Amino acid sequence: MRIPCPCCGSRDRREFTYYGASVFLDRPAEDAGLEAWDAYLHLRDNPAGVTRDLWYHDPCQSWIEVERDTVTHAILSTAPVARRRA
Amino acid sequence: MRYSGFRVFTQGLGGNKGWTPAWRRPDPKPDYDIVIIGGGGHGLSTAYYLARNHGLRNIAVLEKGYLGGGNVGRNTTIVRANYFLPGNSEFYSHSLKLWEGLERELNYNVMHSQRGLINLFHSDGQRDAFARRGNAMLAQGDDAVLLDRDGVRRMVPYLDFEQTRFPIYGGLYHPRGGTARHDAVAWGYARGADRLGVDLIQNCEVTGIDIQNGRVTGVQTTRGAIRARKVAMVVAGRSGQVAAMAGMRLPVESHILQAFVTEGLKPVIDHVISFGMGHFYISQSDKGGLVFGGDLDFYASYAARGNLPMVEHVMEAGMTLMPMIGRARLLRSWGGIMDMSPDGSPIIDTTHVDGLYVNTGWNYGGFKAVPASGWCLAHLMATGTPHPVAARFRLDRFRTGRGLMDEEGTGAQHNLH
Amino acid sequence: MTQTHRIPGKGLLIDRARPVRFTFDGVEVQGFHGDTLASALLANGQRMIARSFKYHRPRGVMTAGSEDPSALVEVLEGSQQTPNVRATTQEIHEGLTARSQNRIGSLRHDLLAVNDWLAPFFSAGFYYKTFMWPRAFWERLYEPAIRRAAGLGSLSGHHDVAVYEKAWAHCDLLVIGAGPAGLMAALTAARAGAEVILADEDVRMGGRLLSDQPAVGGLSGPDWAARTVAELAAMPNVRLMTRTTVTGAYDDGTFGALERVGLHVPAPGDLPRECFWRIVARRAILAAGALERPIAHPDNDRPGVMLASGLVSHVAKWGVNPGRVVIFSNNDSGLATARHLTAQGIEIAAYVDPRAIPVTEDFPVYAQATVTGTRGRHGLRDVAVTHAGGTSMIPARTLALAGGWNPTLHLTCHMNGRPVWEESLAAFVPKPGMVPGLSVAGAARGRFSTAACLADGVEVAGEVLRDLSLRPKKTPVPEAEDAPYAIAPLWAVDAGGRAWLDFANDVTTKDVRLAAQEGYASVEHMKRYTTQGMAPDQGKSSNVAALAVLAEATGQGIPATGTTTYRPPFVPVSIGALGAGGRAEGFAPQRLLTSDAKSRAMGAPMIEAGLWYRPSYFPRAGENDWRTACDREVAQVREAVGTCDVSTLGKIDVQGRDAARFLDFVYTNTMSTLKPGRVRYGLMLREDGFVMDDGTCARLAEDHFLVTTTTAAAGLVMRHMDFVHQAFCADWDVRLISVTEAWAQFALAGPKSRAVLASLGIRADLPFMGCTHIDLGGVRARLFRISFSGEEGYEIAVPTRYGASLFEALLSAVHAEGGCAYGMEALNVLRIEKGFITHAEIHGRVTADDVGLGRMVSAKKDCIGKAAAHRPGLTEPGREQLVGLMPVNQGETLSAGAHLYNERDLATRENNQGYVTSVAPSPTLGCWLGLGFVKDGRSRMGQVIRLDDGLRGHKVLVEICDPVFFDPEGGRMRG
Ligand SMILES: Cc1cc2nc3c(=O)[nH]c(=O)nc-3n(C[C@H](O)[C@H](O)[C@H](O)COP(=O)(O)OP(=O)(O)OC[C@H]3O[C@@H](n4cnc5c(N)ncnc54)[C@H](O)[C@@H]3O)c2cc1C
Ligand SMILES: [Zn+2]
Repeated sequence: MRIPCPCCGSRDRREFTYYGASVFLDRPAEDAGLEAWDAYLHLRDNPAGVTRDLWYHDPCQSWIEVERDTVTHAILSTAPVARRRA
Repeated sequence: MRYSGFRVFTQGLGGNKGWTPAWRRPDPKPDYDIVIIGGGGHGLSTAYYLARNHGLRNIAVLEKGYLGGGNVGRNTTIVRANYFLPGNSEFYSHSLKLWEGLERELNYNVMHSQRGLINLFHSDGQRDAFARRGNAMLAQGDDAVLLDRDGVRRMVPYLDFEQTRFPIYGGLYHPRGGTARHDAVAWGYARGADRLGVDLIQNCEVTGIDIQNGRVTGVQTTRGAIRARKVAMVVAGRSGQVAAMAGMRLPVESHILQAFVTEGLKPVIDHVISFGMGHFYISQSDKGGLVFGGDLDFYASYAARGNLPMVEHVMEAGMTLMPMIGRARLLRSWGGIMDMSPDGSPIIDTTHVDGLYVNTGWNYGGFKAVPASGWCLAHLMATGTPHPVAARFRLDRFRTGRGLMDEEGTGAQHNLH
Repeated sequence: MTQTHRIPGKGLLIDRARPVRFTFDGVEVQGFHGDTLASALLANGQRMIARSFKYHRPRGVMTAGSEDPSALVEVLEGSQQTPNVRATTQEIHEGLTARSQNRIGSLRHDLLAVNDWLAPFFSAGFYYKTFMWPRAFWERLYEPAIRRAAGLGSLSGHHDVAVYEKAWAHCDLLVIGAGPAGLMAALTAARAGAEVILADEDVRMGGRLLSDQPAVGGLSGPDWAARTVAELAAMPNVRLMTRTTVTGAYDDGTFGALERVGLHVPAPGDLPRECFWRIVARRAILAAGALERPIAHPDNDRPGVMLASGLVSHVAKWGVNPGRVVIFSNNDSGLATARHLTAQGIEIAAYVDPRAIPVTEDFPVYAQATVTGTRGRHGLRDVAVTHAGGTSMIPARTLALAGGWNPTLHLTCHMNGRPVWEESLAAFVPKPGMVPGLSVAGAARGRFSTAACLADGVEVAGEVLRDLSLRPKKTPVPEAEDAPYAIAPLWAVDAGGRAWLDFANDVTTKDVRLAAQEGYASVEHMKRYTTQGMAPDQGKSSNVAALAVLAEATGQGIPATGTTTYRPPFVPVSIGALGAGGRAEGFAPQRLLTSDAKSRAMGAPMIEAGLWYRPSYFPRAGENDWRTACDREVAQVREAVGTCDVSTLGKIDVQGRDAARFLDFVYTNTMSTLKPGRVRYGLMLREDGFVMDDGTCARLAEDHFLVTTTTAAAGLVMRHMDFVHQAFCADWDVRLISVTEAWAQFALAGPKSRAVLASLGIRADLPFMGCTHIDLGGVRARLFRISFSGEEGYEIAVPTRYGASLFEALLSAVHAEGGCAYGMEALNVLRIEKGFITHAEIHGRVTADDVGLGRMVSAKKDCIGKAAAHRPGLTEPGREQLVGLMPVNQGETLSAGAHLYNERDLATRENNQGYVTSVAPSPTLGCWLGLGFVKDGRSRMGQVIRLDDGLRGHKVLVEICDPVFFDPEGGRMRG
C-alpha cells in the first residue's frame, strides 16, 4: 500500500501512522455536551466504501486527510490537514 | 443423527452412505418470533441458546453468505480467560466453562484443546502488569501461574533465550488456555440449533430493518421481507452497515487483522505462545500447520486482506522469538474484518429501537466469546434483562464513561486495542 | 544407482560432464549438474519418494514445478534441516542430503500405511464426530495421536541461523513469467524504453518453450527463448530475475517476490538462502502460463502417475526416460503430447481419451475409453483401460494425465477478485481489472497456443505502454504453432474405489460427495470439511476438479458453485525470508545513550526502555546483587550526590509567537503564565479525558519552550502535538520539532549537586524550577533545576556529541564529592519514596484526579481532554485513587501486581479494593514502600488493608498512606 503524501510524494505505508476517521477534525466545543463528545470520540459511520481518515507521515510530520475506499483500498485524494485552517 | 465413534465405525462399514445432512436448508418463512442477523459464531450460538435455554423455537438465522464464513472461520482460534478488568473477567471466565463442556453439549468435536497459553514478558514493568492480571484471574476463580525465565525455558526451550533485544524475563501461564477448531464451532452450533428447530438461512443478506413507532417489525432481505418481533444484529465487522439500517451509528470501526498458516509440520509447538513486545502469537494446529498472527494492519478496511508491512513485521517477530521456525514456509495468509470498539471490549445490549438488539465490538478476541456471547444475548432477548456476567457490556458506557474496560489502556482510538 | 533411466543425448538443463552426488534416505545417488532432486531420482529409476498426508500412500513426482502436490522431501541436516521441500524445484548440489518424510519406519515399510486400510473410517470430517469421550482423553490421548500422525516434514528445533535478505525494487513494468507471452511483453516494453523487471520462477527463462519445444520464428523453442533473453539481458533498462517467484499482489502496485539465491549452491558462504523482494511497479503483466490438471480415476495416485506436462518437461529438460507410457487425456493438448513423445522415441503403450476421436496415430489409441484403475504397490505396473470392448490391463511404467489446463491466475485473485468460468476451455479465466494495474497475457488468460501467446504478449504490452505514456515500437510477432484446443471436460471416472482429487491432502471424490451429502454443500464448506485445497500446493491441481465434482453432486453447475479464493503467497515462502533481519537484535532499532559504552564498561547491566538501553545499576566490587548496589546508590544520592543519564526522555522544542497559547491547549495546566527562565511540571490528557503523559515544560525565551515527555511516550506525544496544531490551530504561529536525539541530558541529584556544578565551573544560582543557558567549556549548554528524586537536583543538557565527555566529567566530579552514578533501580526507589508517578501509574485508565492531580486541570481554559474528563464515570465517587502503601510490620516485602482486599475478605473479584502498581525497598525509610490504587483511597488514609498476591503466595497487611513518603514538604529539593 502506498500513500501520496502531499509533501513527499508516493510513499510506502510503513512510513505512516494511522489515527482514525477524519471526524477527529471536528472537535466540539468544551461545553457541547455528552452526546456531541460521544459522537466525536466514539461513534463512527464506518462506511464500506469511500471514507476520509487521518494519517501521519512520520518523516515530514504532516497530518494528512486521505480519501479512500475501505473495500478496494484505492486512494482517491490526499490533502494536508493543516490547510483547512492555515 | 447422533455422532459417536461407534457411528463412524458402522457408517464406515456401510460405505458412509447413511450420513444425513448436518442441517436443513429451509426457505425463509414470512414470519418469525426472532430473527438473528449473521450466521457467524455469535449468531449461531445465540440461536442455539435461545432454543436450548429458553425453549424458544420460531427462530431464524439469516446469513448473507455461508454459515461460518466470516471471522469465526478466519481466526487464530485462541480460547482463554485471562482478562483482568471487571466485566471482561466474569464474562470470559463463564465462556471458558462453557467451552469445557462444548463437545458433549453439541455432540460435535470442536477440538477444544487446553494446551496452555504462555504470555511472555520482557521487563520488570511488564512482569508487574502481568502479575496484576494473573491475580485478577485467580480472583475470578480461573488459573494462572507466574513463570520466571527458567520456568519458561523448561516449557518452551526452543525460544531464543540469548536474544538481548527483548530478553525473556518470564511468562504468565494460563494452563486452561488453548485452541479449538474454528469451523467446527460454527458447524457444531449450527447443527445444534437446527436440531432444535432453528431455521438457518444462507445466502440471505439483510438489506433493511423495518421499524414502526420505535419498534422493530422485521427485516428486508435478498430473499424477501421477513417479519419478526425481535431482531438481533450479530454481524461482527459488518456492524456499522447493519446498524445504519436502523439509523444507528455505533462506536465501532472496522479493521483488518491478518492471520497466517504454514505448511504442515510434525509437532513442534505444544502451547499457545504470545510475544507481546513483537505483537506475535503462535500455536500449532492439529493438522500440523503453525497458526500465527500479529497486530491489525491499523487502517479501517473491509477488504478481508492485508498488506506486506504487517506480514513482514509478524515474520520478523517470529524470527526474533523462535528462530527455529525460519525454515517453515508460510502457506496462506488472509484477513478478517474486526469490529473494533473504543475500549477494546464488547457490547451486548438493547438499542433505542424496541425489540432490536446489538452484539458487537469483539475486536480480535471474539472467538473465545462464542459460547458466552450467545448465552448472554439469548438471556437478554428472552428475559429482557442483561445476564449478570455481561451486565457491563453496555452501549452507553462510552458516553457516560461508566464501566469502561480498556485492557490495553490505549484509550478511545479504535485501532489501538 | 547409475542413472539407468536417462535418454541419451536429451536434457536441456543438465550438464553430463558434471556429475553431482547427493543422498536420498541415506543412499548415495548420482545425478548431473542441472538436475532437480526429482529429475535425478527419476533418472535413477526411483519413482516413490514420499508418503501421502493421511493414508500414507506411496507417492512420486507428478509435475516439474513448484505446484507439485506430492513430491515433498526433507533436505539438509542439523540446524539446516528444511522440511517440505519440493523435489521438483530443489536443484541438486554436492553434499545435498534428502530424506523422505511423514513415515514411521522406512519409506517402503511405513507403519502408518495401515491408515490406508482404515480409510473407510477416516472419511471427510470423521474427527468431528468422535473422540469426544471421555473428555479428558482429548488432550491426553486422541489429540497427541492425531498430531503425531498429521503434519508432513519436521523442523529441527534448532535456531535457523542462516542468512536471509530483503530488498526493494522499483520499475515501470513488472512482467511475471518468461514464457512466450512474458518474453514478448518484456521485449516490447523494453524496446519502448520502459524500466522492466522480468521475473521467472525457473532456472532458465522460456517457460513451456523449453519443454514442448515448438518452433518459433524458425528456431527451436529453446533457441528462440535464449536469443530473446540475450537481447533483453543486453538492455540497460531491463532486469532479469530467474529463480524468482512473484508470490503476492498487494495494494498500489506492490508485489512480493521470493528469489532462491543460495539454495542450489553447495556452500553458499555469505550468500543468503533466499531474498524476499518488494517490487513496486507502475504496471504489471501476469504471464504465468497455465497449470495442467489431472483426472480423478481410481488409484490415480501411484508413483509413476504424472501430469502429461510434467512428463514432457522431465524428458525435455532432464532427459528422463519414463519407460512405457499410457496417456489419459480429454483434450487436444494430451493428444499432441502423445505425438510429441512418440516422435522422440518414447513408447506410448496407449492413448486413452473419452472423446470419439479418429484412431489414426502411430500409437495405440483407445477412444471413448477411460482409465478405471491402476496396479503396482510402490510404483505403477499396469493401467486398467475400459473401452467399448471391455477392460484391458496395460503394463506401463508411467501414466500421464492430461485433464486440461487451468490458467495460472492466482495473483489476480489476491485482492478478492473472482475469475469467471469459460465453458470452451472448461476453466476459470481472469476478468480484467481484478488487481488494479495488473494485466494478464497469454495462457494465464486462456490463450493456449504458442502463436496466440506470442501475439498476446505484444498486444498487452502495447496497452500497458500507452498507459505509461510510452510509445510501443513495432515488434513483429514470430511465427509459431497455432493449434486449436478442444476439450471435453472429464473430472472424475466412477469405477469403484478411491479417485484422488487432492493428492496432497488425500481428498478423494468420495470425500467431496460426502460433504455434499452432509450439507457442507457450498464450495467453502466443502473445502473446509474435506480439507481439499488446504495442503502445501493450495489446491493448484485439485480446486477446479473438486468444485466440478461438488457441482455435479449438488446439481448446481460450476458457475453457480463458484470457486474458493486464492490467497497469497502463490508458493509457500519461508518465514526466514519474510522475516529477514528480524533475528536476534535486528527486530527493533537499538537506541544507545552517549553514556552507553562507559556504563557497560562500569559493569552496569542494561535494560530496555522505549527502544533505548539504560543502566540498571552500577555494581561496585563486592556487590553481588542489584539490591546492594541500589541501596548504596540511593543512600549516596540522599547523602551526597548522584548522576544519571536521562537523555531518553522525549524532548520537543516548541517555538513561535503562539507557543504559550498552544501549550495551554495541550496541557491541563497553564503554561502561558510561566516566566522565561522557569520550568513547570505539566500534565497532558488524551482527548478521552484520561492521562496521556506528564513531563516538564521549560520556557527558554518568550516564544521558545522545551517540553519533555516520558521515554515511552516520546513519539506518541510528538504526533499528538502535531495533530493538535495542524488540526485545530494551524493558523497559530507555532513550530514543533523533536530534539530528543539532539541533546544528551544528565541529572545531578543530592545535597552536594551544587558542589559538583561548581567543580565543573557552573555557577548554580538557579532557583528551584529554573532554567538557563550556560557555557560549559565553550559549549552552549542548558541547565535546569528540576528533581525527580526529591533532592536538590539539576539537569545539564549538551549537544549529543558532547554527551560522552560530559558523562566522564560528571562521574569524576560526583566521585570527588562522595557520590556515584545511579541507574534505573535507584531512580525508581528515589521516585517512589517521593510518590512521583510513571507509566506504571499513568497506565492509560487513570484520570488526573485518580493520581491526585485533579487540581492541575485548569478551570479557566479549555484543553485537550477536558470535556471528556467531565463525563460522570470519570468523576463519580468510587474510583480508584493513588495512595501510598506501607507494610504494617516493617520487615515485610511488598509486590507489584498484587491486589488489595479488606482485611477479612476473600480474594475474589467482587471484593477487590485495588492493586499495587510499584514497589521498592526504601533504604531511606528502612522498609518496603508501594504505590497503588484503592477505591476512594484518599478518604481511607490510615486504614489497614490486605495486599494479596495469590500468584506468588504472598499476603501482607499494609497501611494506606499518602503517596509522598519522604520529605513531604519538599524542603530538600527546594534547597
Ligand atoms: C485473523 C483473526 C484472528 C482472530 N483470532 C482470534 C483468536 O485467536 N481468539 C479469539 O477469541 N478471537 C479471534 N478473532 C476474533 C473472532 O474471530 C471474532 O471476534 C468473532 O468470530 C466475531 O464474531 P462472529 O463469529 O459472530 O463473527 P462472523 O463470523 O464474522 O459472523 C458475522 C456474520 O454476519 C454475516 N453478515 C454480515 N452482514 C450481514 C447482513 N447484512 N445480512 C446477513 N448476514 C450478514 C457475515 O457474513 C458473517 O457470517 C480473530 C479474528 C481474525 C479475523
Ligand atoms: Zn510527507
